[in-house]
Amino acid sequence: MTAYLVWRLIQTAVVLLVMSFVIYGLIGLMPGDPVDIMAASIPGMTPEVMANLKAIYGLDQPLMTRYARWLMAALGGDFGYSRTHSLPVLQVLAPALLQTCKLMVASFVLSVILSMALGLISALRPGGWVDSIISLFAFAGISVPVFWLALILILAFAVGLQWLPASGMGRVGDYGFWDQTRHLVLPVLTLTLANTGQFTRYVRAAMIETLQMDFVRTARAKGAAPSRVVFVHALRNAMVPVVTIMALSFGTLFSGALVTETMFAQMGMGKMIYDSILSNDFNLALTGLLFATLVTLIANFAADIAYALLDPRITLQ
Amino acid sequence: MSLKKSLAALGAAGLLMAAGPAFAAKDQLTIGVAQFPSTLHPNIDAEVIKSYTLGFVIRQITAFDKNWKNGCLLCTELPSVQNGLAKIIDLPDGKKGMQVTIKLKPDLKWGDGEKVTAKDLEFTWRIARDPKTGFSNTHPWSRAIKVDVVDDSTAVLTLDKVIASYNEWDQVLPAHIEGPVYEKAKEAGDYVKQTTYARSPTTAGLYNGPYLVSGYQSGSQIVLEPNPHWPGTKPGFKRIVIKLIENTAALQANLLSGDVDMVAGEGVGLTIDQVLELRKQHPDRFTYLFKPSLNYEHIDLQIGNPILKDVRVRQALIYAADRKTLTERLFQGMQPVADTWVNPLSTNFTKDTIHYPYDPAKAKALLAEAGWKPGPDGVCRNDKGERLSVEFGTTAGNRLRELQQSVLQNNWKASCIEARIKNEPARTFFGETLKKRAYGGLAMYAWSSAVTESPRRTLGSDNIPTEANGWGGANYIAFSNKRMDELIDKSEAALDPEEQKKLWHDMQQIYASEAPVIPLFFRAEAHVFPKWLKGYEPTGHGDWGSFESENWRSE
Repeated sequence: MTAYLVWRLIQTAVVLLVMSFVIYGLIGLMPGDPVDIMAASIPGMTPEVMANLKAIYGLDQPLMTRYARWLMAALGGDFGYSRTHSLPVLQVLAPALLQTCKLMVASFVLSVILSMALGLISALRPGGWVDSIISLFAFAGISVPVFWLALILILAFAVGLQWLPASGMGRVGDYGFWDQTRHLVLPVLTLTLANTGQFTRYVRAAMIETLQMDFVRTARAKGAAPSRVVFVHALRNAMVPVVTIMALSFGTLFSGALVTETMFAQMGMGKMIYDSILSNDFNLALTGLLFATLVTLIANFAADIAYALLDPRITLQ
Repeated sequence: MSLKKSLAALGAAGLLMAAGPAFAAKDQLTIGVAQFPSTLHPNIDAEVIKSYTLGFVIRQITAFDKNWKNGCLLCTELPSVQNGLAKIIDLPDGKKGMQVTIKLKPDLKWGDGEKVTAKDLEFTWRIARDPKTGFSNTHPWSRAIKVDVVDDSTAVLTLDKVIASYNEWDQVLPAHIEGPVYEKAKEAGDYVKQTTYARSPTTAGLYNGPYLVSGYQSGSQIVLEPNPHWPGTKPGFKRIVIKLIENTAALQANLLSGDVDMVAGEGVGLTIDQVLELRKQHPDRFTYLFKPSLNYEHIDLQIGNPILKDVRVRQALIYAADRKTLTERLFQGMQPVADTWVNPLSTNFTKDTIHYPYDPAKAKALLAEAGWKPGPDGVCRNDKGERLSVEFGTTAGNRLRELQQSVLQNNWKASCIEARIKNEPARTFFGETLKKRAYGGLAMYAWSSAVTESPRRTLGSDNIPTEANGWGGANYIAFSNKRMDELIDKSEAALDPEEQKKLWHDMQQIYASEAPVIPLFFRAEAHVFPKWLKGYEPTGHGDWGSFESENWRSE
């Protein structure tokens, strides 16, 4: 187990190093640098001022030199300064990460609970009317664009019924627990509905396949109660492929909730990374993307451990 | 779950929802915006949203008002040669320069109660000229070569040349707060990273306007509250919230739900077509105001393209474009058709230029004169058999521009001109193609300028981007006209308003006759605000309506 952990750590470090190089290079290849973009909107910006600013932001150096400098500083714990937020990168990252955690954890947990229930119900009577309704719901969740779903929820609950706020993370002067929770309801609901459809399909497929296996038949023949057959024998085995999908989705959720965060004005990781890439904020984009990579790697690692727990035949070596 | 538990859960959900929407009371104004400033430091970076926000909290020494007239905000009297506060002097090197006396209002205070003094002005000038500070716009202060502090309220600025903009001065910085930060910054760029505007933007002493920044969540919202030391009209709101909602569909939904009261029209909120649609759907719910601005939408013509070298072809392109119908159909006539880059609201505007009405017959005649005759496929050809076909580029994904493009393409097709669409993402279009003048034929985008800014940046031959000057300057059409250069030089130095008008008249004449650009229209700022908001008067230029935000009231 120790050897496995060390191996995974080394793997993680190598992946992060390669990713940092690739991301830095790709952002560097984008046309126009921040000073050029700035110059387009400042009438009095002279070539001398432009050259001075490029030197200050290190943009006058070759890409590889800049990357090497960033890497050395990052290894020492200094991830640099965000040009678009005028703050050190970690100061920008921390609140965005917190907001994303609230959104993601809530929607992920709800999606898992809902999809497990719906997938199970569906799989018990495949082809029945309940299965058809759940499948319809699942397909709708998969195929409806997130921005449209968000807009419909805003129009229904904020504009029409006026039950919930349409956007933001809290009301100025309040920001209490309930206030923040109210602001989270619609974005969490959007993400939950979008994810539940996908997860439900996987749970349903895995359960249908597992329920047809010999060991399930044997359990039934041995007289095990139907609930025991489903929850103890079948569900545990069906979970192995489902856990992989969920683990991968969890990593993506950390950086991929861009649309939901934009629609509900939530300053989370997805929106922060997107904005920083567009505005050539190298340090912030790079650190944000590396963090998202790290979360994906950790989620995969957690999935590996979950396999071992779910299926005793799997050992971590 | 038992029935009791289910009911309890439902009850909790009900309570959560019934806590009431985040409606703003009328002592609070929530403004929805689609952009967020990267910093609140007046001299670092340049963004419309930053200037708009600063209008509430920091006042410039002078600014243009809603009638586009320059006036004092922090000073007691606008310097002029007539009132003796500005005079032409002989400099030690024999050249002519100017001395401008600025007298600050004596009762001005920063948000922490400290007086705004001439020392603040001198400090701002000093650090703006220091390349280590990393200011992106040094121009307002680099015009002065010396600043003498006469007393707490008076400073005399020496300018190294005679310039027409001698009485236009920006914000000052608080020396008592930013002074120690500047002194501490050793390396180039340290100041930018350490400035209090970035590290602690809610520090009251950073601001001298009617409102102070009391809350700042980067990338989310800015909260403003009245400045207790503001000597002018008492602000009408206990709180103003500037809230970022980037997605414009969501921004509209927030407006309808009451989560935001208004959407700023200064290019940081909804697009004009969205506001027109909103007005159609909810005509009585809000006040809608469309203010023509200094944003000049136009099409650059690539002078390096052999087809476009001929002025008759360039003029034919303008005659063949039905710009009036375009603005009427797409923008309900809210964006006035332009003849030149000078907005009719400017004092330097002249009616006396060549006008180009929609006249396809004249366009064809001009093309025939230039040797282009309709070919078998409807596209004109010259004697060599070459087709009259040009590339037409703009920013991909900009729905309005793509619509404009489609209308113009059809207009030109009717006059035997083929426009081949070649759009690029904004970043590539501005960052590479325009900057390096690499567009093939036509490039559609907008210029924005200050009220009295000379066209040096866009029409001066010293501002043609080249590899030698690091692709600096914004004369992307490579316009080089000796007379225009002379007029630009003179207009920047002419102090007499009548002489200014004549110089600007001549510049507009050259521009219209040479037709280096196809003028389209002046973009209108589309403002949506509640009917109960009074005193809201947008300006249409870069000294935003927020400069008069203390007069905004709810009724």
